[in-house]
Amino acid sequence: MVSQIPVTGFLFAILCCRAMNISLHKLNDGRITGLLMQLVVVAGIIYLGYLLFENTQANLEARNIASGFGFMSVEGGLPISNTLLPYTPADTYGYAFFIGVLNTLYVALFGIIATTLIGIFIGVARVSSNWLIARLAGIYVETLRNIPLLLILFFSYGVVLAGLPGPKTSLNPFFGCFINIRGLYLPKPIFQDGFGFVVLALVLGAIIAWVVSRWSVDYRDRTGISIPSGWIGSALIISLPLITYFIAGGPLEWDIAALKGFNFKGGLVFRPEFSALMIGLVLYTAAFIGENVRSGIQSVDAGQLDAAKSFGVSKGKIMRRIILPQALRVTIPATTNDYTSLVKNSSLAVAIGYPDMVSVGGTIIGQNDQAIEIIGLWMAVYLAINLIVSTIMNWANSKVQLVER
Amino acid sequence: MGPSASSSSSNLLVFVPRPSLPAPRQTVGIIGWLGASLFNGWFNSILTLIGLGLLWETVPPLLSWAIFNAVWTGGPADCPAGHNGACWAFIYDKFRILMVGMYPAEQIWRPLLAGGIFVVLGAVTVFRLLNPLRLIALWFLFLLPVYWLISGGLCLTVVDQSLWGGLMLSLGLAFVGILMSLPLGILLALGRYSNFAIIKSICVGIIEPVRGVPLITILFMASVMMPLFLPVGININNLLRVQIGIILFSAAYIAEVVRGGLQAIPLGQYDAAKSIGLNYWKTTVLIILPQALRHVIPSLIGRCIALFKDTSLVIIVGLLDFLGMVKASAQDPDWLGHDAEAYVFCSIIYWVICFSMSRYGHSLEQKKEAE
Repeated sequence: MVSQIPVTGFLFAILCCRAMNISLHKLNDGRITGLLMQLVVVAGIIYLGYLLFENTQANLEARNIASGFGFMSVEGGLPISNTLLPYTPADTYGYAFFIGVLNTLYVALFGIIATTLIGIFIGVARVSSNWLIARLAGIYVETLRNIPLLLILFFSYGVVLAGLPGPKTSLNPFFGCFINIRGLYLPKPIFQDGFGFVVLALVLGAIIAWVVSRWSVDYRDRTGISIPSGWIGSALIISLPLITYFIAGGPLEWDIAALKGFNFKGGLVFRPEFSALMIGLVLYTAAFIGENVRSGIQSVDAGQLDAAKSFGVSKGKIMRRIILPQALRVTIPATTNDYTSLVKNSSLAVAIGYPDMVSVGGTIIGQNDQAIEIIGLWMAVYLAINLIVSTIMNWANSKVQLVER
Repeated sequence: MGPSASSSSSNLLVFVPRPSLPAPRQTVGIIGWLGASLFNGWFNSILTLIGLGLLWETVPPLLSWAIFNAVWTGGPADCPAGHNGACWAFIYDKFRILMVGMYPAEQIWRPLLAGGIFVVLGAVTVFRLLNPLRLIALWFLFLLPVYWLISGGLCLTVVDQSLWGGLMLSLGLAFVGILMSLPLGILLALGRYSNFAIIKSICVGIIEPVRGVPLITILFMASVMMPLFLPVGININNLLRVQIGIILFSAAYIAEVVRGGLQAIPLGQYDAAKSIGLNYWKTTVLIILPQALRHVIPSLIGRCIALFKDTSLVIIVGLLDFLGMVKASAQDPDWLGHDAEAYVFCSIIYWVICFSMSRYGHSLEQKKEAE
């Protein structure tokens, strides 16, 4: 009986439309038919939603799955290996998920910074006048762009990092840095009392540098004399904290990893899962960003360069004042997409066991079957991160776009 | 000018040009090229030396590993653990599994035939024997017969979908995904571009969330959540669910590509269509879409490449596609320690397929620019 309702409803709707259509044909007005059509679509969607809701309720009941977010405050017992905040398996599911979200944010932030630096390098190398360097960069881009990211991740985790020596025979490229199969160990800064003053000096230096740069632009507009505000600002930002550091008596110590027993203890540790994820994400995305940078630079008309040269503008200034502002107009919108796909691709962490949000959430689904809640949370967090990324990038884009009168 | 003019000119001093000097040796030939493109200035010279050093450090060891020291045939015993070269015998041994998964050996002609059809269709596409619309129609035409060939039924033995795998599965997921998401994506794009506020917001409400989340969450949704949405007692197998997820994901991206094409159509085209009395659907199908799609063919090929690479993620929801089979083979206890060969082989195959698609797209783009 119940199943006949949609069929009857659908037929009735078609009949209604037919009847209205014939009578409306004489009126020759598309608006009313359009409105009717939309109403039918809305009714269909509401009905579909109702159907899904009913089915889901029935399924959840049949499988004995609870619904709602009550599970978040239950003790989870999940073991998580890479955490930014202290965590024990005795913590709740909610806190475990939060640890996962933090890891996702961490990977996204550092991934975006690192991939931008390498991407710019690759893009500039591709348009280099040096034939060999341009070819090498081209090979890099064409290789990395045409294989799946997951393959790069498996390769860097399963072959490159798994081939590293054990703790006893660690690589030691420079003092305090050890690389072995268990991870990458770096000296860890330990902040003593009084380091707050150094941070304060840094902030102060940055504020003064900003004020100087604003004032110098204004001064140049009034008098035509340009002041090297960039140099002054950099000197301030570097020297102020440095002086404070020495006055305060060097309030910073380093915790260096050391081999104790079978493993290294102390220091700042990056586990292989994290390193593999970063290597894969950064190298893969850098190929795309390199292409954006290349097309940006090539979009600048060659005449611009000749004109600047004929004025006697210096090489560095041509790059900063002529090429870069115009290249960014092309580069930034394309790069926004690559940043958001880097954030989304960080979810591949699940494949190599780095506990990001998807990995932790997947384990939770495996334990209590509450897939709807977890998948809903995933989507909400990714949409939020990507919204933030694209808002920042759109702001940057609006700064570099040509302002036409 | 007559004969007199020529006779008078013979008395004049005639300018005989001396042959020009050859170009300076530093600017032509190999030396000139080296100077201009590798050693112009100290900075570029250092870069060149660094590049050469990099090549010297990487290429000879790679060649000796992959070719000179490699083991090409034999069994696990021919590749001892400490051997300093690639063991391609491992790939040779696993080749069938990597290509078609657990597909029964006595039915192997079916995937082979499907592969043959695929190659022929690919050739028709690459050599542009048909116009784009007929080409897409041709691909659609072969979809069902190829599906029947692989899965069986009617007079062929049924091969369970849990036995499908390898490169066959990757290509299948990608091409069914692209072909099915094309009409869906076009509909979504038209909806987003339409004047009806409700339909527009529904389409935006589908496109944007799908584009905003990773494919993995869509695959999890298809694999774990979709069974909850279906009426109690109805089950769809995992492969089909994942395929539906891929189609939905791809449709959202294709919708945005097609929208770019729609926005490139001047409004005068709509007015012209209206003035000769075409209704909405006739305007769309006969006037707008043919032009819009032609604009976006290179971007659509870009989507094909991206989707083919993305199908490798199905390993996470438990399907053994090409990459999945590669990973599984590398864990075979008989052949331990050959991960590098497995992944290198896998990347070569992916690279060849994706790079040729990208070259094809590039050639279409250049043809479009030439017009």
